[in-house]
Amino acid sequence: MKYLARRLVHSVLLLFGISVFSFGILQLAPGDFFTPIRLNPQVSAHTVAALRSQYGLDKPFPIRYEHWLHSVFRGDFGISFAYGTPVGPLLAVRARNTLLLTGTALLVAWLLAISFGMWSAARRGKWGDRAGGIATSSLLTVPDLVLFLAMLLVAVRTGWFPTGGMMSAGFEDLSVGGKVKDLAAHLFLPALGLVLATLPPLVRHVRSAMIEVLEAPFVRAARAHGISERRVLLRYALPVAANPLLTLFGYSIAGMLSASLLVEVVLSWPGIGPFLVDAILAKDVYVVVGAVMLSSVFLVAGNLVADALLFATDPRIRMD
Amino acid sequence: MSPRPHSNIGQFEPLLRVSGLSKEYVQRRPFSRDKITVNAFQDVCLTIFPGKTLAVVGESGAGKSSLARCIALLERPSAGTIELAGKNLLGLNGKELFAGRREVQMIFQDPSSALNPRLTAGEIIREPLLIQREGTKSQRRDRALQLMEQVGLEPSWERKRPLEFSGGQRQRLAIARALALGPRLLILDEALSNLDAANQALILKLLQELQAAHPLSFLHISHDLRLVSEFADDVAVMYQGTVVDWQNTRSLFASPEHSYTKELLASVRSVESILLERSA
Repeated sequence: MKYLARRLVHSVLLLFGISVFSFGILQLAPGDFFTPIRLNPQVSAHTVAALRSQYGLDKPFPIRYEHWLHSVFRGDFGISFAYGTPVGPLLAVRARNTLLLTGTALLVAWLLAISFGMWSAARRGKWGDRAGGIATSSLLTVPDLVLFLAMLLVAVRTGWFPTGGMMSAGFEDLSVGGKVKDLAAHLFLPALGLVLATLPPLVRHVRSAMIEVLEAPFVRAARAHGISERRVLLRYALPVAANPLLTLFGYSIAGMLSASLLVEVVLSWPGIGPFLVDAILAKDVYVVVGAVMLSSVFLVAGNLVADALLFATDPRIRMD
Repeated sequence: MSPRPHSNIGQFEPLLRVSGLSKEYVQRRPFSRDKITVNAFQDVCLTIFPGKTLAVVGESGAGKSSLARCIALLERPSAGTIELAGKNLLGLNGKELFAGRREVQMIFQDPSSALNPRLTAGEIIREPLLIQREGTKSQRRDRALQLMEQVGLEPSWERKRPLEFSGGQRQRLAIARALALGPRLLILDEALSNLDAANQALILKLLQELQAAHPLSFLHISHDLRLVSEFADDVAVMYQGTVVDWQNTRSLFASPEHSYTKELLASVRSVESILLERSA
């Protein structure tokens, strides 16, 4: 348990470091939310100064950081200049939408990666494995933005899938089944985009980890006992190959989150992505810091889950 | 055709008879239709008699381990036959092959990578019995504990994992696993070369005791002629994929026939004389 406690303390320190860094970086940027208002001749300099004072922008960096930190413990994450309300509740809705998208895509991507990776490793060098290699390499060379724009183009031209938002007009009047169907239809395209963007490296890692284990002498010994190929893959190769894959699982969450920001903007999914872009353009500092912190929390939590899974599945780590 | 030792001819029916065995690996050049063929070994003929040990020696790349893998039916040879107690192993169908695997077991060079790190010692020994669907759960456990005791491991260590054992203990665990199905032929693929001298001697003693207690034959793949001289009844020398010398151990050391065997023995003697000079 010491291992998990140590990882937890590291994670808290990391989040603290990210908060200081992102808060500091934003202070270095010239201007603030009220800079464009100064250009409006109908608003006096006194009013702008009063607004800046009201939101604490006239205070030095450590004081502002301290106030923000207090608001984090209250669950507010500061006040949004654009919305005039605490950032926490605004972020919560977007975070839920982003989690729905990335969680679905992560699950599908890993299920596909494990299945294809195992299948490919078991047929190493055969035509199916080679075809899979060509497909994943080709997909890897396509930039995410091009991929998402191409998907948007296909969706708009064919009209097969909705291309914006996460629910249709009149969603509230639908039955439960109708609501699920409508949500799934809206989710399909962005989730597919995320799966296609993250799948190729995952498949290749699963394949190479499996091949390494399949060549190990203990697998050869099991084959000499007459073990079936299915049992070799599931009882021997997959559990032993799981270690590097569980570590990769943590990294894949990071990749999925950064790709999700882009896919949400391109395919208009109402997650953290478009919210963050708007906030950056408007210099809505607390929203930006809140969104960055939320993404970091997802990332750190994902890595913690990967560590916990490693701890639970690998006796060598428990012994350490 | 390989030479054959004179001592065992006509003595008993051999347990293992390998005739004209060859193995070639075919690789395709990248972005080309050309194929590269590598002959691991060619036209190997060997016999092992019940309760006897045949050592196969030779330099790295001579084809010893490929030969061992083919005899253990882990790879299919390109040509030749492998007969075990008169049964052609290469002609067995799926079910017969599954049952036939009980007869030949293998022990590998590196005991660390030869044991599944996720399983406990007890699970590792029970695994072959489980794969071959032998006995009930409690019978398999009893057999595993009995085997642990037989190879000199404490039965109370059944829940320990490979990482918690020393190198010598891991090799004992690998031997216990190999014995679980009651094989008639045990292939030791450089099984002692990763151990220190003290553990080598202990494992060697254990193998000799097992051979005395069970109807067990060994095919010992090695490049250590000192070990071979202590352990093997017959020695086959492999050079560039073929068996160039195959004699009774004493005869081979006394009067090697092939020039490569002479070189091999001379190199061992020169190393020994250097060590003797240094110690003097």
